[in-house]
Amino acid sequence: MNLAEKQEEIIQEFEIFDDWMEKYEYIIDLGKDLPKIEEDKKTEDRLIEGCQSRVWLDAHFSEGNMHFTADSDAIITKGIIGLLIRVLDNESPETVAKADLFFIEKIGLQEHLSPTRANGLLGMVKRLKLEAIKHISAAS
Amino acid sequence: MSDLQQKRFNVREIREEFPALRQQIYGKNLIYFDNGATSQKPKLVLDAINLFYSKENANIHRGVHFMSQKATTEYEAARQRIQQYIGARKSEEIIFTKGTTDSINLVAYSFGQMLSAGDEILISAMEHHSNIVPWQMLCERQGCVLKVAPINQRGELIMEEFDRLLSKKTKLVSITHISNTLGTVNPVKEIIDKAHAVGAKVLVDGAQSIQHMHINLKELNCDFYAFSSHKVFGPTGIGVLYGKEELLDRMPPYQGGGDMISRVTFERTTYNELPFKFEAGTPHIAGGICLGKAFEFLSSIDMEAAEKHERELAKYAEDMLDTFEGLQIIGEAKNKTSVVSFSVKGIHPFDIGTLLDKQGIAVRTGHHCTQPLMDFYQIPGTVRASFAFYNTKEEIDTFVAAVERSLSMLK
Repeated sequence: MNLAEKQEEIIQEFEIFDDWMEKYEYIIDLGKDLPKIEEDKKTEDRLIEGCQSRVWLDAHFSEGNMHFTADSDAIITKGIIGLLIRVLDNESPETVAKADLFFIEKIGLQEHLSPTRANGLLGMVKRLKLEAIKHISAAS
Repeated sequence: MSDLQQKRFNVREIREEFPALRQQIYGKNLIYFDNGATSQKPKLVLDAINLFYSKENANIHRGVHFMSQKATTEYEAARQRIQQYIGARKSEEIIFTKGTTDSINLVAYSFGQMLSAGDEILISAMEHHSNIVPWQMLCERQGCVLKVAPINQRGELIMEEFDRLLSKKTKLVSITHISNTLGTVNPVKEIIDKAHAVGAKVLVDGAQSIQHMHINLKELNCDFYAFSSHKVFGPTGIGVLYGKEELLDRMPPYQGGGDMISRVTFERTTYNELPFKFEAGTPHIAGGICLGKAFEFLSSIDMEAAEKHERELAKYAEDMLDTFEGLQIIGEAKNKTSVVSFSVKGIHPFDIGTLLDKQGIAVRTGHHCTQPLMDFYQIPGTVRASFAFYNTKEEIDTFVAAVERSLSMLK
């Protein structure tokens, strides 16, 4: 599945929800299911400080693709991280760097990625892309 | 008719005057519990904003034309109304600023210039960042020393510790009247008297008090009192610094520019008299006039009844929330009002706030610009419901049910 197809799949999943609370119930479940970052990996260099919630991102490159693990102290933030990772994990650095994450707006969660939200998610997306760009420039 | 006879307090009627309260968000009736951050505006204020920009807009002071004179008269009338409402002796003691933060910065800069190295500023551990950082900056500039009076677990100032820290070296005590995070009402009268006894001046941060209780500065006798218009039913972008005339007269200007001067030459400038000495540049004219309207509205309210109602709301909300497992009320002062802050074990306040929002309830989550207080309680933040006199017990019932639903989803 390419990046667009993965996002379309998420958009379809969200279409079944009638109201906001059902949507958030699903996001919370995703957050609970997301593998945690091990405590010893929650280091300063992996931390993206938001004003409200905090996000840790661990990125590595193997077999031609980027791999991400991320965690947050807020479960809703974590659920949205789960969605972002589902889209961006195991993609080439070029794809990650150029990714247009249109699904976020389509499922009505754009407020969480607004600069004013201060939950660390916007910073996480930037960091994801930066990590990908690092590998592109290292390889070239 | 005397002033007292005109006072009223009927929540249903008052709510009718606030259009913002009559709306739906996400298909739910809005419940607005973020009054500590900003209050909604009554129709009287909204109409005045519209009227000003429709018919009266002109720059004030020194204008020869009709509109400028009318705007000047209204702006100065607003100053007088505020003076009368808070019980200041003279309207010259009412300085229009951008808000509480600006008022405190004005004092820190201007009064601060009269201080020397080693002079002490005494604040409390429950201050808003706005009443911490300007003093830290002053200390860096002038070599003053910042002292912090500690609080107990209930969120009350420890008066014995305050007494211990207060000395002849203390030049200024700057203290919040009501904590924006805890709702604690500080014993400001006692603090002011004690500070004066050692020759210190007192600034009261009234950002969270003027909208919740009757304020009489003649009785209080503080040297400075600061508040923001937008938290007291007026427009954003304007606020007030009250200062005793003899102090303001001695203090150097804060900012230079138009309006604050008496005569300018390249060699020497003389400054205008009070209050204009502290009001450089074109002020927020509409803001000032409409803040005057907010005080016209407030003057019609029986503030004793309003305060009683708000205390009942806070107590009611607290008693209901206290029944939830793992929920801890942050701030349990004996004397508290209008704020209910809480944290829940294992659940981030941000998650609770997000789910409450989707149920139509506006609360604030986070550190509320009081990070040292969060460090004291060792929590990342709280969920804060802050009430105004237009809120109701029925809204709290809905809020408590929404908290319960949120917690069941998050556990």
